[in-house]
Amino acid sequence: MSRFPELTSGSRPVGVVSFAQYDNVRREGAHNEVEMLMPVVAEVFGSIGITKDDVGFICSGSTDYLVGGPFSFVTALDAVGVWPPRAESHVEMDGAWALYEAWVLLQEGEIDAALVYCFGRSSPGDLSEILALQLDPYYLAPLWPDPTSLAALQAQALIDSGKATEADFAAVASRSRRAALSNPKAQVAYDRTTEELLAEDYEVTPLRRHALPPLTDGAAAVVLAAGEKAYEWCERPAFITGIDHRIETHSIGARDLTVSPSTTLAGEKAGVGHKGVDVAELHAPYAHQELILAEALALDEGVSRNPSGGALAANPMMSAGLIRIGESAKAIWSGQAGRAVAHATSGPCLQQNLVCVLEGV
Amino acid sequence: MADQAEIYTADHVLEYPYLRSVGPVVGAFLTGLRDGKVLGTKGTGGRVIVPPTEYDPETGEETAGMVEVGPEGTVTTWTWVARPRPKHPLPEPFAWVLVRFDGADTSFLHVLKASGPEAVASGMRVRPEFRTEGERVGHVKDISHFVAAGGAP
Repeated sequence: MSRFPELTSGSRPVGVVSFAQYDNVRREGAHNEVEMLMPVVAEVFGSIGITKDDVGFICSGSTDYLVGGPFSFVTALDAVGVWPPRAESHVEMDGAWALYEAWVLLQEGEIDAALVYCFGRSSPGDLSEILALQLDPYYLAPLWPDPTSLAALQAQALIDSGKATEADFAAVASRSRRAALSNPKAQVAYDRTTEELLAEDYEVTPLRRHALPPLTDGAAAVVLAAGEKAYEWCERPAFITGIDHRIETHSIGARDLTVSPSTTLAGEKAGVGHKGVDVAELHAPYAHQELILAEALALDEGVSRNPSGGALAANPMMSAGLIRIGESAKAIWSGQAGRAVAHATSGPCLQQNLVCVLEGV
Repeated sequence: MADQAEIYTADHVLEYPYLRSVGPVVGAFLTGLRDGKVLGTKGTGGRVIVPPTEYDPETGEETAGMVEVGPEGTVTTWTWVARPRPKHPLPEPFAWVLVRFDGADTSFLHVLKASGPEAVASGMRVRPEFRTEGERVGHVKDISHFVAAGGAP
């Protein structure tokens, strides 16, 4: 009789049993989205010896705005091959939210396994302009504020609040890029001190180049399996014991940008604080955001933050969130962590946040 | 996984030129800008929301009534853009600012003209520079930019 952890969310244990990601690159010009996904899907199935016939549901996360064409997610299904017809769904969100949908369906008990995948190529268009289009169409978008400028408003507010300094931002970047040296999928990795990073010029004040995420083309996939099926495919499944997501207003000037109440609420609902945390993979595209998230989740100093390098190592749109879940699962599989917290974000200045707690038994 | 072979590319431009009705609250705000005024609305507990929405952004409750605010306000946070992007509102280096108009409880995003980052700070007093009456059309860019209050236009 297999053992399962106590659940905070849901009533059916669902484990992350496989994970794969594309090589994160600045510009994947030679392969389109389907061609990028094909090896990822092949790996996520092949590494545990299953095929698409073994999953009862497929859910994907992506956005047509990056591809520049409508219903691009339908085309992307060719990477899986959906004949005969499959039960599938899509969210115009990071793959972490696609995972949430699959987890909900698995809770209902009709299926025992699901494939979740996501993809995002930033290189075909101008990401700063594309992301401005997600903002309020009357008050914000006509001014074309780019995501780095909006993040900088948040960083300056954090400095003004006295909670952090530019050196704190540089320390996050230094640690993350150093950790990324041991992540073969990292796009940006280096060994530079905080002092060296502080010598860089500002991109926009108070953010220097090191505090920004790279522009990334990438894709990722996860297999979820419920109950005994999880042990069938994985020696030590990373069970989802808690998962929740929350959002704040799109009126950026109505938020206190120095805190993340949506992360705090999602973390509480997912039971982050119920037990100790070994590893936290936080989707913080900008260095200062890791500080805000760590405070929102009340992570103590003993928690290993972003051992993969996080989104500062690679930030494929619509995928960097699911990759946080995948990296957390890897830490569980290897026994490096007993309990991990994965986080995904969306929108400007951490507007929307998902928290997923993973445990091994 | 990128090939070394030459990759052929083609330009592909998308646009979505919709004409949308802005409704009673956004519409009142934009009409106010056309008339050279800044309007907010009252949300939960009477707090004044600028730019206004039909609902309180925190509680989701319906907002009620328009009130004039400003025109001066206080910078709540800012960032200096040394190299503006093509679509940014100003071609020369500028600051993005969140401005809390006098009488408002939330902040409004716009751009500030200043001589450099050393001339910008949170807490500084600013005022909007409206475009001329003939240029104003009921759009967020009817405010050309902000300047330091008391500063030269």
